[in-house]
Amino acid sequence: MKALRNFLDKVKPNFEEGGKLSAFRSVFDGFETFLFVPNTVSKSGAHIHDTIDSKRVMSFVVIALIPALLFGMYNVGYQNFLAAGHGNESAIEMFAYGFLAVLPKIIVSYLVGLGIEFTVAQWKNEEIQEGFLVSGMLIPLIVPIECPLWIIAVATAFAVIFAKEIFGGTGYNIFNVALITRAFLFFAYPTKMSGDQVWISKESIFGLGYDLSNNTVDGFTGATALGQVATGTTTNVVNAIGESVSLQDMIIGLLPGSIGETSVIAIMIGAVILLWTGVANWRTMISVFVGGACTAFLFNAIGSESNQVWNLDWMEHLAVGGFCFGAVFMATDPVTSPRTNCGKYIFGFLIGVVAIVIRCMNPGYPEGMMLAILLMNLFAALIDYVFVQRNINKRLNRVK
Amino acid sequence: MAESIKIKKGLDIKLKGKAEDTKEDALQSQFFSMRPDDFHGMTPKVAVKEGDAVKVGSVLFCDKANPELKVVSPCSGTVVAVNRGERRKVLDIRLESDGKFESVPFEKAEPSQLKSDDVKKRLLECGFFAFINQRPYDVVANPNDAPKAIFISGFDSAPLAPSYDYVFGYDQCVEDLQRGVDALAKLTSGKVYVSTHKDSASRAFKELKNVSLYEFEGPHPAGNVGVQIHHISPINKGEIVWTISPYDVLAIGKAFGKGSIDFSRLIALVGSSVEKPKYYKTYPGAEIASVVKGQVKEENVRYISGNPLTGTQVGKDGFIGAFAHQITVIPEGNKNNEFLGWIMPRLSKFSTSRSYFSWLLGDKEYVADTNVNGGKRAFIMSGEYDAVFPMDVLPEFLVKAIMDKDIDKMEQLGIYEVAPEDFALCEYVCTSKIETQKIVREGLDFLRKELA
Repeated sequence: MKALRNFLDKVKPNFEEGGKLSAFRSVFDGFETFLFVPNTVSKSGAHIHDTIDSKRVMSFVVIALIPALLFGMYNVGYQNFLAAGHGNESAIEMFAYGFLAVLPKIIVSYLVGLGIEFTVAQWKNEEIQEGFLVSGMLIPLIVPIECPLWIIAVATAFAVIFAKEIFGGTGYNIFNVALITRAFLFFAYPTKMSGDQVWISKESIFGLGYDLSNNTVDGFTGATALGQVATGTTTNVVNAIGESVSLQDMIIGLLPGSIGETSVIAIMIGAVILLWTGVANWRTMISVFVGGACTAFLFNAIGSESNQVWNLDWMEHLAVGGFCFGAVFMATDPVTSPRTNCGKYIFGFLIGVVAIVIRCMNPGYPEGMMLAILLMNLFAALIDYVFVQRNINKRLNRVK
Repeated sequence: MAESIKIKKGLDIKLKGKAEDTKEDALQSQFFSMRPDDFHGMTPKVAVKEGDAVKVGSVLFCDKANPELKVVSPCSGTVVAVNRGERRKVLDIRLESDGKFESVPFEKAEPSQLKSDDVKKRLLECGFFAFINQRPYDVVANPNDAPKAIFISGFDSAPLAPSYDYVFGYDQCVEDLQRGVDALAKLTSGKVYVSTHKDSASRAFKELKNVSLYEFEGPHPAGNVGVQIHHISPINKGEIVWTISPYDVLAIGKAFGKGSIDFSRLIALVGSSVEKPKYYKTYPGAEIASVVKGQVKEENVRYISGNPLTGTQVGKDGFIGAFAHQITVIPEGNKNNEFLGWIMPRLSKFSTSRSYFSWLLGDKEYVADTNVNGGKRAFIMSGEYDAVFPMDVLPEFLVKAIMDKDIDKMEQLGIYEVAPEDFALCEYVCTSKIETQKIVREGLDFLRKELA
């Protein structure tokens, strides 16, 4: 470590103002603070500080995403093999296929996003902020596997610039950056983001997996669970080769869907990490589930002849689609949620409600989680306003 | 029977280097320094010049706006220098002690028998009044105000703080404190409130008469007088309360009892870099070296006059602050070069975050250095401040209102109730490393100037 420190100290002058490489000052600073905790000491106020910092907070979100990511990779392989009628190959082979299919998306998302962040940091002469570490991992996990890389690149650039940097960077954004990426994709390239053609990887990669263009088994369907229910005549959901699936299968998550969203178990491992470390707020997370469950239950109770989504059991509603992933990783983003504790209950609850309402009432979008969270992001400040005003009124009433 | 109030929010940071219950006299301090900056809110008008002979209680400087508000010398000797900085701002008045601590005359009296105006005049005359603080704004009290009440916190809950059970544990103490409290009672038409800690064994505060006693329990900042005010009788707009530390109440009481002025006090030398943390009898304005000499076991350390959360950094050759009751010596964190520290388990460091393991390690005491442990960011995590801020105030929104310089919002969100020290824990736990105490200080000063 000593050698590395010495090396950094040696090259550092090049990156300082007036140095040969001063155009990369922020980048150097980013790497240096990544490798070594800066030796900054407190100058005003408290002389001691907690060891927690934003790098660690962000890293723990990324760590919490890893189970969903690994399962997602495996599932990508599994779906491809299953659709080709070869469901019995070794898990390692399926994972390797999925790994190769997903990795480019992660790389593209990080390259584009971090590239912009680094440039902006240099331009504004600021430290590089860690926010995109999380967004960059979220983006590949909430897109379909067939989504082309160049589209991801465009959408990521759009989101980082227009949803984050123009507001002032990490901590100032109104909307969740990863969800803006997805929303951009969803509305700009709807054919790449929905339907029954995009959820299962169709090529073979380096000899792994199968080319599915004319090679699928009988009864193949690439539609997601929600897609099937929205267009179907029953609430019965089938997997890629037409076998009926149960709630238990939905929780395990070997179904077509966005890369990271399918497995409730993997997401819950992440949820436990986030709640245990206190990185995500339990108030928001629980409220989303409560809101979703209540609303779905209500629709179940009313029932509908023509719209089967109303009849989808409330537990299945929570298990399929992006509900869990959104509740655990997206709704809990502290920057875009209300900052009062009471506000978080309302915010979470309404996300759950709106997500299920969109699923049930809107024929155009089988999935409502993304729009629900974005809508509530918009209202976060308003929810806070109500609770701040309550505190203010309490103080005013004290005088009377 | 004292009313009891339980504080739930807050944080006790367990640090190594708490003072043992033993005391000794500090070395003779050759030089003394009184800094106008310690008396926040005063604009100094210097009353002495180089070479003047002073006694304990001789006026060094007074406030430009209220000339009767005076700061006096803690020692007898001569004025060595009046040090000035940029734009002739008075940095400090340097005194050379003759080691005798002769006092200016102060008539012995029972304050309870005196008239209000007399008490006030005598406290102003001998400089005790400058040790009374006022809220709002957390500045030295204005003698022309009529405070609604006076608050005294009978325990210090800050990290490594002196134990008042020990400092105020001697037999005579109740009597001296009672005289001090009687004097203060003459300054307000309201009550004098004294708060003690539930587990306090000392009878010094519990046996006081003519005061309203409250019993607090819970983690730091339960001992902050601001938190106590908030729970006993919160400050509304337009109201003024005064606060004073029991150290100064004791000094007032002693002066009335003995008929001479004596600023000596028992302060704690604490911190993980101190060989044997214990108590020392010394004076405000004395040299740090007279206390720490030969006691510090490391080279690269920071000397803090006060506690590690709110104290002032002073050099090895610095002086004890006028309001300091402890000297904390902790390692500087400027040479750590910690490799990938942000992802390591860091078992030897304390954190409130459960992404570390200190919550599993129970009562372990930690060494904390002065490293900020991260880069400065915008507000990211929410609810962190609320967890350590035991008032019905929204700390994060208040800090943001101050950053915006939005006077209406500041008032509405309760800026009159807070002082920078109340935000010390917020600053400690902040993931984004925001300098909240500095922001609040600037906010209070801004507001005071705008509304004057």
